[in-house]
Amino acid sequence: MMPTIIEICFYAAAAVAVLSTFLVVTGKNPVHALLYLVVSLFAVAMIFFTLGAPFAGALEIIVYAGAIMVLFVFVVMMLNLGEAVVQQEKLWLTPRAWIGPALLSSVLLGLLLYVLVPSDLHMAGATTISPKQVGIVLYGPYLLAVELASMLLLGALVAAYHLGKHE
Amino acid sequence: MTEVTAIPMEHGLILAAVLFALGFAGVLVRRNIIFMLMSIEVMMNSAALAFVVAGSRWQQADGQIMFILILTLAAAEASVGLALVLQLYRRFQTLDVDAAGEMRG
Repeated sequence: MMPTIIEICFYAAAAVAVLSTFLVVTGKNPVHALLYLVVSLFAVAMIFFTLGAPFAGALEIIVYAGAIMVLFVFVVMMLNLGEAVVQQEKLWLTPRAWIGPALLSSVLLGLLLYVLVPSDLHMAGATTISPKQVGIVLYGPYLLAVELASMLLLGALVAAYHLGKHE
Repeated sequence: MTEVTAIPMEHGLILAAVLFALGFAGVLVRRNIIFMLMSIEVMMNSAALAFVVAGSRWQQADGQIMFILILTLAAAEASVGLALVLQLYRRFQTLDVDAAGEMRG
């Protein structure tokens, strides 16, 4: 059976996401790592679109790649990190520092894969869930969660203001 | 009627697991606090991906609701974390997390 265009999009975006995330985790230059992280978020947004969740995909681009990553870029630019950080990272990222955590997380990944590779597959993304449906559920049964999220954002605002203040 | 094209839920969850493991390894390995925050973002993003995949499997909006809530959490975490990065750099002139491990006031 020929793979459909949706399947090609999904697997290509998955490959891009894994590769760019790997480059984020192993990167030495903070600005390059941030840009790879933006690529990874775009790839995940593409996966959301192929899974029939266009609202989540749009939010991933607008809020994650658009707002949160810009916050990171601002901080990296404010700190004005130069070549010194790249040299420092080269000193820190030795194979001796890598091997333990890489082993631990690959064991964890192996366990997750063992659970997730069953004999039969369940299809996802057969229908598209529109933003209207999401909005109806969000402001219906989940109204309390929205209120709690607003409290969380207020707390984050106060904390960021307090911590970011000059002495 | 044509066959509806669909992605296996398990493949989406495997992708989420791979991204989570990568972010986990990043948090463990890195000593630069900016890279640690980025790895935490990767882990939260993979958790959100798992929610959206599961919501898509059962064709319910709840997965995307959880995605929105995780997005809110990630925004709050990033703002507080980056403010802490600025404070760390202002006080110690370094981004090494070990520099802040001495509990001096």
